[in-house]
Amino acid sequence: MVEEPFEKENKAEEKFEPLIVAYCCNWCAYAGADLAGTSRFEYPTNIRIIRVMCTGRIDPTLVLEALRMGADGVLVAGCHPGDCHYQKGNYMMEKRFDYIKKAVKTAGIEPERVRLEWVSASEGGKFAALVREMTEQIKQLGPSPFRLVNNSK
Amino acid sequence: MKEEPHIGVFICQCGINIGGVVNVPEVTEYAKTLPYVTHAEDNLYTCSEAGLTAIKEAIKQHNLNRVVVASCTPRTHEPLFRAACKEAGLNAYLFEMANIREHVSWVHPHEPDKATQKAKDIVRMAVAKAALLEPQTEPEVEVKDVSLVIGAGVAGLTAALSMANQGFKVYLIEKEKEPGGITRRLYKIYPTLADSSEVVEPLIEAVKSHKNIELMTSTTLKDVLGYIGNFNSVLTGPNGDREINVGTIIVASGSSNYTPPKGLYQYGVYDHVITQRELDEKLRRGEIGEPERIIMIQCVGARKGEIQPSELEAFPKSDTAELLRKILKARKEEGWPYCSRICCMNAIKNAILIKEKSPKTDVVILFGDLRVYKEYEDFYRRARDLEVRFVRHIEGVPEEIAQTPEGKLQVMGYDALSGLEVEFLADWVVLSTPLIPNKDEILLARMLKIPIGTDGFMMEAHLKLRPVDTNVDGVFIAGTVSGPKDVSESIISGGAAAARASIPMGNRKVRTEAITAVVDEDLCIGCGLCEEICPYGAPKIEDGKSKIREILCRGCGSCAAECPRRAITMRHFGDHQILAQVKALLVPQSAKEVRA
Repeated sequence: MVEEPFEKENKAEEKFEPLIVAYCCNWCAYAGADLAGTSRFEYPTNIRIIRVMCTGRIDPTLVLEALRMGADGVLVAGCHPGDCHYQKGNYMMEKRFDYIKKAVKTAGIEPERVRLEWVSASEGGKFAALVREMTEQIKQLGPSPFRLVNNSK
Repeated sequence: MKEEPHIGVFICQCGINIGGVVNVPEVTEYAKTLPYVTHAEDNLYTCSEAGLTAIKEAIKQHNLNRVVVASCTPRTHEPLFRAACKEAGLNAYLFEMANIREHVSWVHPHEPDKATQKAKDIVRMAVAKAALLEPQTEPEVEVKDVSLVIGAGVAGLTAALSMANQGFKVYLIEKEKEPGGITRRLYKIYPTLADSSEVVEPLIEAVKSHKNIELMTSTTLKDVLGYIGNFNSVLTGPNGDREINVGTIIVASGSSNYTPPKGLYQYGVYDHVITQRELDEKLRRGEIGEPERIIMIQCVGARKGEIQPSELEAFPKSDTAELLRKILKARKEEGWPYCSRICCMNAIKNAILIKEKSPKTDVVILFGDLRVYKEYEDFYRRARDLEVRFVRHIEGVPEEIAQTPEGKLQVMGYDALSGLEVEFLADWVVLSTPLIPNKDEILLARMLKIPIGTDGFMMEAHLKLRPVDTNVDGVFIAGTVSGPKDVSESIISGGAAAARASIPMGNRKVRTEAITAVVDEDLCIGCGLCEEICPYGAPKIEDGKSKIREILCRGCGSCAAECPRRAITMRHFGDHQILAQVKALLVPQSAKEVRA
C-alpha cells in the first residue's frame, strides 16, 4: 500500500481525524469553496472535494459507495433552491436525499454522516463554517463502521 | 485495446501561495509513485509561459497522454491548461486539475503538515480520474444568420436595428398592437425631460423602414424547438400561425407595472389616489392643473415580502397558469422584495414637471430611502431647488388615508426624523410602484428554458460577467425582462444583447458542450424517465430507446442519476471516473498493485 493518510492519523493514541467526501456542484458550492480560499477563511483539513457539474448528477450510489469505502461523512453541496444552473438539478437531489438517508440508516450507519447543503458561489464564509461544523459533528460520531472494517483487512 | 495511460503531473508552487504552506517537492516525489504517472515536476508558476512550455515539452518528451496540473481552481485556469495540452497535440479533455490552492494552502495556512497530506490526497484523486479520462469532441453546429427578437420596446427595437444594420435578417414580434413598449406610454423621460416620443418614434420608424427587419405586432411566440443555430419557432398572430427558423433569440419582452390591490393606500377607493403611471397619463393630458398639494408615496409594493423558494420551484414544473396566478396574487398582496430602481427618479421627474408648471403646488415625496445614482443626484437637487419637499417616513408603517367632507385626501403618517406624527391635506396621492415580472414572461421563460431568478425575473447567465446571456445557448435577454431598468439602460442592454447574438451568427457556426449524456442502448428499456425530467428536452424516446440529442444536452447529469437501469452515463463525469476519485482517496493502491 502507498502511504495512507488515515492509517497514520488513526493510530489509537492519536486523535480521530475524519475524512469527509464532498460532492460540490461546479457552479455554486465548488465556487463557494473557491471563495472561502480567496477570502482565506480557514477550516479543518478533513474535507476532500470532488467536483461535479450539478448535484442533480449525484446518483445515490455515489454517496453509498463513498460510505462503503470508508468515508466518515459525505457532503453533497449545491446551489440554493431556485438558483440551480440547470434549473432543477438541486430539487431532484433533494428528493433523492430522503431515501439516501433511509438507505444509510438501513445499512447501520448514522444518517447524520450524510448531509445535503446549499452553498452559493458568494458564500465562502458559509462553506468554511459548514466544514467546521460538519467535521466537529463527525468527530463526535467517531469513525465510520465501514472504515474500521476496511482498515482491519 | 486502449493505450495505457502515461500521466504527467505538474505541481505549482504559485510563488509562495501554495509553496509557502504545502511542501511541494514532497508532493512531487509522491506523485511519481502513483499509478501510471511517468513524469512529475514542480513549477514556480505552472500558468506562466515557462510553466506552459514545460507542459508542452513534457507531453512530447515523455509521450504523455494525460496531464494533471495541481494548482488553483479549474473554474479559472482549466481553459488555459487545456489550450496548452491542445497545442501539444493532446485532446483537451485528457486534462485534469487538482485544486491545492483555494482548497488547500489558502484555507489551511497554519497546518502545513496536514495541508501537504491533503494535497497528496487530492493529487492522487486527480491522477486516478485522469487515468480514466477519454478524449471528447465539442460538436460543431451551423448557425442561421437570422434572429428573432421578442418584444418591440426600446430594448427590442434597439437590438433588432443593431443586428439588421450588421446585415442579419431579424424577425421582431410584439404582443401589443403597437411597438414602443412601456416607454411609449410614458409622458416625459428623465433626466432630459424629453418627450418619450422623441426617443421611441425614430426607433420605430427606423425599424419599420429597415429592409432586414420584419415587424409583426399582436404576435407572440407559441412554441419553440431546437437549439442555438436552428430554433424552430412557431409565431401566432392575427393571420394564424407561422413557422420560422432562426439562429438566435433575443428576449426583450419587458415587465409590467405593479398595480396596487384595491384598498392599499385607498387605491381604487378614492379617485384621487393614483399610480405614477396614471399620473404620467394625466400630466400628458393636462388633467392635473394647479392643485394645492400632491403627495407621492415611494416603494408601494416594493422592497417588501419575500418570495419563497417553493413558489419559484413551481415555475418550471407547473403545467397550468393557475399556480402562477396564485403566486402573482400573493405578491400583489405582499409586495415584491426588490428595489425597482426607477421609481425614485420617476417621482422626482413628475414632481419637477408639476413644480415647473405650477410653482405654488406643494409637492411632498414620502420616502424610506431615496436612491438617485450617478448624475441623477443633480436631478434630485433640481427638485430641491424647486422646493419639492422630501419627507422621510417610517418604512413598513403605511400612511393612513381618509377623505374629508370637502373631498380632500387626508394623509396621516410619521416623519422618521422627528418621530412626530404628520398630517397633510392633499388633492392627489400618487403611489410609486415597481416594475414586476409579467405572467406571460414567466411562461415564456419556461418555454425557452430560461431560469427565473429569486425576484421572479428572467435570470442572466452571470450577473456581472454575462449580463445579457442566458443559460440557454443562443438565447439572450435585454431590457426589463431581466429586472427593472430605465430607458437608457434598456437601450444599452438591447445593443449589448445584439452584439452577443451577432457573434455566433457572424461566425456561422458554434461549438457546443462536450460533456453530454450517453445512452447504452443495450441497457435502456425506454421508460422515458429521462425525457420527463430533462429541463432541456434532450432525451427523446425513439423506437423504445432513449436518444440524447447532444446539441440540447447541457451536461447536468440528472438523467444519469435518475435512470433506473443505469443506462445513461455522462461524458467526462462518468460514475466510474467519480468513483475512481473516491476509491483513490479511501482505498488507495500503489502503482505496483494496479499493474499486478
